[in-house]
Amino acid sequence: MFESLSEKLNNIFRKLKGRGKLNEENIKDALKEIKFALLEADVNYKVVKDFLESVREKALGQEVMRSLTPAQQVIKIVHEEMVALMGGKCSEINLKGPIPVPIMLVGLQGSGKTTTCAKLARFLKNKKHRKPYLVPADIYRPAAIDQLKKLGDQIGVDVYLPTPNEDPLEICENAMKKAKMNGYDTLVIDTAGRLHINEKMMNELEIIKQRVRPREILLVADAMTGQDAVNIAKTFNEKLDIDGVILTKTEGDARGGAALSIKAVTKKPIKFIGVGEKIDALELFHPERMASRILGMGDILSFIEKAQEAIDKERAKELEKKLRRSEFTLEDFREQLRQIRKMGPLEEILSMIPGFGQLKQFKHLKIDEKELIRIEAAINSMTRQERLHPEIINGSRRKRIARGSGVSVQEINRLLKNYAQAKKMIKRLTKAGKAGRPFNIGGFFS
Amino acid sequence: MRIFTRVKEGLAKTRKALTEQFNRLITGKKIDDEVLERLEEILIMADVGVKATDELIRQLSKMVGKNEIKDSEQLKECLKQEVLKFLKVEAPPFDTSKARPFVIMVVGVNGTGKTTAIGKMAKWFKDQGKQSILAAADTFRAAAIEQLEIWGKRAGVVDVIKSQPGADPSAVAFDAVSTAKARGIDIVIIDTAGRLHTKVNLMEELKKTKRVIGKVMPGAPHEILLVLDATTGQNAIAQTKMFNEALGVTGLILTKLDGTAKGGIVIGICHEFNIPIRFLGVGEKITDLRLFDAEEFAEALF
Ligand SMILES: Nc1nc2c(ncn2[C@@H]2O[C@H](COP(=O)(O)OP(=O)(O)OP(=O)(O)O)[C@@H](O)[C@H]2O)c(=O)[nH]1
Ligand SMILES: [Mg+2]
Repeated sequence: MFESLSEKLNNIFRKLKGRGKLNEENIKDALKEIKFALLEADVNYKVVKDFLESVREKALGQEVMRSLTPAQQVIKIVHEEMVALMGGKCSEINLKGPIPVPIMLVGLQGSGKTTTCAKLARFLKNKKHRKPYLVPADIYRPAAIDQLKKLGDQIGVDVYLPTPNEDPLEICENAMKKAKMNGYDTLVIDTAGRLHINEKMMNELEIIKQRVRPREILLVADAMTGQDAVNIAKTFNEKLDIDGVILTKTEGDARGGAALSIKAVTKKPIKFIGVGEKIDALELFHPERMASRILGMGDILSFIEKAQEAIDKERAKELEKKLRRSEFTLEDFREQLRQIRKMGPLEEILSMIPGFGQLKQFKHLKIDEKELIRIEAAINSMTRQERLHPEIINGSRRKRIARGSGVSVQEINRLLKNYAQAKKMIKRLTKAGKAGRPFNIGGFFS
Repeated sequence: MRIFTRVKEGLAKTRKALTEQFNRLITGKKIDDEVLERLEEILIMADVGVKATDELIRQLSKMVGKNEIKDSEQLKECLKQEVLKFLKVEAPPFDTSKARPFVIMVVGVNGTGKTTAIGKMAKWFKDQGKQSILAAADTFRAAAIEQLEIWGKRAGVVDVIKSQPGADPSAVAFDAVSTAKARGIDIVIIDTAGRLHTKVNLMEELKKTKRVIGKVMPGAPHEILLVLDATTGQNAIAQTKMFNEALGVTGLILTKLDGTAKGGIVIGICHEFNIPIRFLGVGEKITDLRLFDAEEFAEALF
C-alpha cells in the first residue's frame, strides 16, 4: 500500500517535478487517490470528505519544500492533519478522585471487552501500582463471568463473584461496597456487549453510570470495524459521554480507519490499543503511528520525512557513488553519523521502522546515543590519512587515538572491526545492485 | 415460506436505512454524475468497499450511457440485479444428509460469533429432526468450553465433547467425530478458537485439525464455515482470503445483522472468492439464525 499510494501520487506529480507550489489543479488528483486509500482503510465516507477538505485548504498555495517531492509534501500534510485530528499526543487513563475509582468498559458484542478488562487490570496493577478489583457485570453471555474469573486468576487480580440473582447494577454497587471494605482502590467493570441501538440495554448502562459514577467510561472498539464505527461511537458517546476509547485487535492487518472515524465523531481520545490475545498485550495509543498505519505506510513515513529533511541530498548522492566503488571510508562514516544524529533520537527513529518494535530481540535494545558521540570523538581524533585508509591504524596509533578522544582502546578496536564488517557488507550489497538505497549502519551498534 | 419473512424481518433495519437513503439522495432525480456520486456514498457507507463499488458504478454508468437506465427507479432495480450477480455463487447446496456424521468446522477471527452461531445451528438441525454433537475445540480462550456447553444444553444436543483447557484442539475434534461415527449421530459441529488470520502458527493449527478430521472420516469436514461479523469493514476480505487459502472455506455465516452495520462487504467477497453465504445471524437468541437467500438479501438491501 505504501508503494501504491505514494507511487500514484508520484505519477500525478510527475509533471510538477520542477518544484513550485501546490495548486487547485495538482492537488485535486492527489486528493482523489488519498480518498480511496482512506476509504480502503475503513475511514468513514463522511469523515473522509471533511478531512480532505481541511487537507485541501492546508495544502493550497504551499511552497513545496526543497527536500521533498510534491507527492511527499502532500503525504506530509495529510499525515500531520491526521495526527492532529487524532489528538497529537497519547492520552493517559485518569485515576484521580476518591477511592475506589470505578472504570467501566462498554461496547458491542465481540469487541473484546472481557479480555481488555483483564489487560487493563494487569496494567493498573503492574504499571500504576494499584490494587484493582475485576467486576463481571455481564450476566447475559453464557460463561462471561466464568471467563473474567479465569482471567483474574491468571493475573492475580481478585474478581467480584456475584450471586445468580444480582442484576448488573446490583453487581456494580455490591462490588463497590466490597472494594471499600477490602481495600481495593480501582474497579474495572466488564459490561455485556450490546448493540448501540438496543435501547433497553443502553439504559442499563446509563443507570449504572448514574449510580456508580465511573471515573472513566471507555468504549472498546474493534480495529477491524467498518463504516458503522461512526454510528456506534456516536451513540455510545451521546448516551454515556464516554471518556475515551480502547481499540482492540490491532495486531492484525486491519488498517484501522475506525480510529479516525471514532475520534472525529466523539472527539474523545483513544487511550489504549490491544495488540494480542495475551494478557500483557495492551499498549498506549500513539496517534502518529496510527496515522501512518491508516495511510498504509507503516511508520516508515515519518522516518522518510525526517531523513529527507536531515540528509543533504548532494552528500547522499556522493556517498552513493562511493558505495558503488566501495570507497566507504571512516570519514564517510563520520558524515553518516552526523546526518543521523541530526534526525533526532535514534531510538525514536528505529521505533518508527515498521516491524522493528515487534521484533523480540529489539524489545529491550537501548541505542546508546552517547556511544555514537564517542564513536564520532574517536574518528575525530584520527588523522585524515587514518580516516581514509583505516588499515594503517596499528597498535600505537590506536593508543594515540584513545588518548586523544578519551575512548578506550577496546572500543576503538571494536569500532574498527565493525567498520570492516560493514564495509564488507556494503560491498556485498552493492554487488547485488542495491547501491541506490541509503545503507544500513546497524552493524556498528553491536 | 416462513423463511422469507424471517430474513426480511432480520434485515429490516438494513433495508430501511438503505432505502431511506436511496430515496432521500436519489429518488426523482435525473441520473447524472452527482447521482452516481451519491450512489457511491451509499455503497461505501454500506461497507461494499472501494473495488466492488467501483465495479458496480461502472456497470451502472454504462447502462446510463446506453440509455438503459433513465430514472432512479430503474437505477435501483439495475443495482439490485448487479448485486445479485455478485452474490450468486455456483456452489453445491448445504445438504447435511450427504454424509453421516456430516461434519461442520466453524472458523473465524476473535469475537465474530462462532460459538453463538454453533448453538443456533444445532437448534436449527434439531428442529429438522437431526441430532448433533458439538466439539469444544476452542481450548484456548478462558471459559470457551463452558460457553459451548451452555449453548449445547440450550440447543438440546446429544453431547458436547471436550477436553482440558490448553489441550490439543485436533484431539477434541478427533474424539467428537469418532464418537459421532460410533453412535450414528447425524451432525458434528466443531467450535474453534477465534484467531487473527495473520497468525501463521494458529492457521497451521486449524489445518492440522482439518487433516485429523479427514483421517477419522475421509471426506470430512464436509463444510468449513467462516464466520464474518457484519460490523467488520474491508478487513473481512483479508480474513476470507487467508482462511480460504489455509482451509478451503465452503461457506460464510454473516453475523450481527441486527445492528446498523450493513455487511455490504460480502458482496465483493462472494464475487471474488466464489464462496456462498449459508446463514445470517440476526441476534443473540437461539432462534436468531436465518438461511441465506441471495434474492432476498439483495431485495432487502435495496
Ligand atoms: N447482536 C448480535 N450479537 C451476536 C450475534 N452473534 C453473536 N453475537 C454476540 O457476539 C459476542 C461474541 O460471540 P461468540 O459466539 O462468543 O463469538 P466467538 O466468535 O465464538 O468468539 P471467540 O470464541 O472469543 O473468538 C457474544 O456476546 C454474542 O452474544 C448476532 O447475530 N447479533
Ligand atoms: Mg467462541
